[in-house]
Amino acid sequence: MKLKWKDDGTLKTPLARARGLGASHHGVSHWWHQRMTAVANLPLMIWLVWAVVHMQGWTYIEFTAWLAVPVNAILMILSVISVFYHAALGTQVIVEDYFHIEWMKIAKLIGIKLFFIAAGVACVFSILKIAFTG
Amino acid sequence: MSDTKKYTTRPLSPHLQVYRPQMTSVLSIMHRAAGYALALGTIMVVWMLVAAASGPEAYGAFQDFVGTALGKFMIFGWSVALFYHMSNGVRHMLWDMGYLFKIESAYKAGYLVLAMTAILTALVWWAACPGGY
Repeated sequence: MKLKWKDDGTLKTPLARARGLGASHHGVSHWWHQRMTAVANLPLMIWLVWAVVHMQGWTYIEFTAWLAVPVNAILMILSVISVFYHAALGTQVIVEDYFHIEWMKIAKLIGIKLFFIAAGVACVFSILKIAFTG
Repeated sequence: MSDTKKYTTRPLSPHLQVYRPQMTSVLSIMHRAAGYALALGTIMVVWMLVAAASGPEAYGAFQDFVGTALGKFMIFGWSVALFYHMSNGVRHMLWDMGYLFKIESAYKAGYLVLAMTAILTALVWWAACPGGY
């Protein structure tokens, strides 16, 4: 069949393409970021569990000395960013699925975003403070 | 329209309660529940790191809480949730890549996920116990 528009290999009509990235206007980016962070979380969480197992009976000095080691600080920052982003995306979907009163849903979605941004900043700052000042 | 109810009472399509729970649906709900529990668990991570950055007293308060029965129970719960969400997450990844779509494979992978959760949880708590390994 001869198409009236350029065949770009998708099944989208020109109207669908003109309207952009679907009802949410951000296409599959949410889905894709969920998967990317999931892939990153897998080795990071295995590392974190392995590290926490060794923390049995550690004192404050031992814990901060461990966190000040560059590789530990770097992996911890990566873990915090990847896990918190993954959690923000996941909890967003839960709210979207179960809360149908619009203002309540939007309030919860804003709350989730702000919580994970604040939590992430708090964690990264704390890790850097320990790493730089010991 | 004064007597119009805000929420309609018309019959809904067949809903959750009419379906017999199946392994696939139960594991799916558990994946979400575990993920939600883990999201709440981030509060503990924030507490741990901010306390450590604040000084020995604040970190001591965190350690004291972790040492209580409630603290240990919460950590244990999060370890189960993490290993389940992690194992089942791999199952989801395989679906995304186009594998395990036969009912039989989906079930087999589901049982494997449950077994992995039990094995990893047992392994980690055995290793974490004093003199464990």
